[in-house]
Amino acid sequence: MLYREAGQFKTDYASDQAIFPILQDRIGLAVILVVAFAIPLANNDFLTNAMMIPFMIFVLAAIGLNLLTGYTGLLSLGTGAFMGVGAYACYKLTSIFPNVNILIWVVVSGFFSAAVGAVFGLPSLRIKGFYLAIATLAAQFFLEWCFIRVSWLYNYNISGAIEVPQRTLFGIIVTGPRATAETRYYIVLIFLVAMTWIASNLVHGRIGRSWMAVRDMDIAAELMGIRLLPTKLLAFAVSSFYCGVAGALMVFLWYGGAEPAVFNINQSFTILFMIIIGGLGSLLGAYLGAALIYILPIVLRFAPEAVGLHVHAATAEHVTFMTVGALIIFFLIAEPAGLARLWQVGKQKLRVWPFPY
Amino acid sequence: MHFLYLIFIDPFVQMAQAPDLLAQTLWEGLVAGMLYALIALGFVLIFKASGVFNFAQGIMVVFAALTLVGLHHDLHVPAFIALALTIGVMFVLAFAIERAVLRPLVNQPDIILFMATFGITYFLIGFGEYIFGGDPKVMPTGDLYLPNGAVTYHTLGGMVQLQKLDIAAAVIASIMVAGLAVFFSKTRIGRALRAVADSHEAALSVGISLEQIWVIVWFAAGLVALVTGIFWGARSDVSFALEVIALKALPVLILGGLTSVPGAIVGGLIIGVGEKLFEFYWGSLFGGGTDAWFAYVIALVFLMFRPQGLFGERIIERV
Repeated sequence: MLYREAGQFKTDYASDQAIFPILQDRIGLAVILVVAFAIPLANNDFLTNAMMIPFMIFVLAAIGLNLLTGYTGLLSLGTGAFMGVGAYACYKLTSIFPNVNILIWVVVSGFFSAAVGAVFGLPSLRIKGFYLAIATLAAQFFLEWCFIRVSWLYNYNISGAIEVPQRTLFGIIVTGPRATAETRYYIVLIFLVAMTWIASNLVHGRIGRSWMAVRDMDIAAELMGIRLLPTKLLAFAVSSFYCGVAGALMVFLWYGGAEPAVFNINQSFTILFMIIIGGLGSLLGAYLGAALIYILPIVLRFAPEAVGLHVHAATAEHVTFMTVGALIIFFLIAEPAGLARLWQVGKQKLRVWPFPY
Repeated sequence: MHFLYLIFIDPFVQMAQAPDLLAQTLWEGLVAGMLYALIALGFVLIFKASGVFNFAQGIMVVFAALTLVGLHHDLHVPAFIALALTIGVMFVLAFAIERAVLRPLVNQPDIILFMATFGITYFLIGFGEYIFGGDPKVMPTGDLYLPNGAVTYHTLGGMVQLQKLDIAAAVIASIMVAGLAVFFSKTRIGRALRAVADSHEAALSVGISLEQIWVIVWFAAGLVALVTGIFWGARSDVSFALEVIALKALPVLILGGLTSVPGAIVGGLIIGVGEKLFEFYWGSLFGGGTDAWFAYVIALVFLMFRPQGLFGERIIERV
């Protein structure tokens, strides 16, 4: 009833091509943004630090993978490693040039990750599908090995882990153990909003259309004049850029330190599940998938206690694994296009409600 | 110059000077390669018959081994009855997967089915840990009449030590592969399997039941997984760390071709031997631990020149 676009006329091309053509969507987005900026005011450390910051970082990585797998149709299992490249690049840069603003290094480390991603994307011209997935596995294992063995990357620390130094921005501590959760939350939020906006513009523009053309049928795309190698490499580079920034944010603004094991193959799979469940080829899907995959285990851990059941921590973890596995299968059967598609269907139903058509 | 010497000359000098070490490394590589080949074989069986790239093969190995050990240790079932029961469990698993996952997903794109096997993997990890616990367990080799100890040969100016267990594994694996080859080429079900592999529609139109074939082929892959699990578990412990070896089977598949049984075996042996030799003679130059990525890099290089693998069917499409 509320969600109906009757009376909203489009009088120029700009409004016709708007990403959110319906007024209610724009209001909804504004409300979400306001709420997002107001969350730290609740002063709930668990909410900001343990739920929202990781959630937003995972969204960023999921958007990155979605640009590659969902929009360009190139399956990658190296997401974790590309995130690691971003994290280690940021760490090295800020150790060598400690006076430069850390946020600049977060962005620059994305470019390092993009370069590495483009190199490992080179085989994508000749191979695709499973074969490409295995080629990206080579990236995953080789880079992970580098994180362990190349001690220059972690400044020859004996522990083999990286520890985030304290850095300030306009006098406010933003990284390191003394940074407050609110500061870190706002920085991640601003990164997320800006990069979602850029991604949205990318996929709605010429570049995104050429990616989707390659995904839908590469031979036809080539006949239409899309050059495959630059397009695929650009997809790899942009995707790795997003993953690299997400990795740098993850270490600098969430963990505060990291071992190579953070960027292992399971991290890649987690991000992949997010976009499968959320919806391939949808930015909203990255949000919904990250919410489900990241927040569901937390809920599963705390829900039994809330109703008075005491479940062993290990048992809860096993049940989480089983639930995630079952959910993946369930979603693939029920709606292969993911949660984003469910949302679309729901909106369409609302628009014509109470009539079925 | 010194670096080039270390890469191109020194390892071969070492090989020539100590042929017994070379033989030992080769043997270790062959044994590891055989286990990779067995996992790859499970992949190939399923891929040929249903076009599903079964990511869950690795966890099926772990699950089969865990079921066997769990029945024997926790419930004190005699080893051979536990083996029979495990075979039963693998059949139930194949049946359940066909019912719950494959049948509703018929006609979906390959990538969706691939993702579904991720779901199976996660479910089995959670389920296995829930039932059997996450601790490493010991495979009851003695109760299964698997030999222990080693045979030592004094040849090549030194000595070469072969584990009896590895020899037994090689013999049993060869018998199993031969059995599968006979099953595929001589029996009625085997021919039906190959028909399904060639074309689902054509197979359906001559009255072959796809559902039945899929259960059989997943069951066969489950049996291969059980044999793999027994031998891998006997060499180390039975734990979820075994899962990683499934990822090692992927480059083997690339090397051998996705649809070729001999390819899986030859590919497995090449990867196993190559990985061990590289780590032993060149690994120190790179700081060690090269076996984590060597197989994948070989596969990557190989993909550039021969995307269909050594024995795979040629992919005509070139984009």
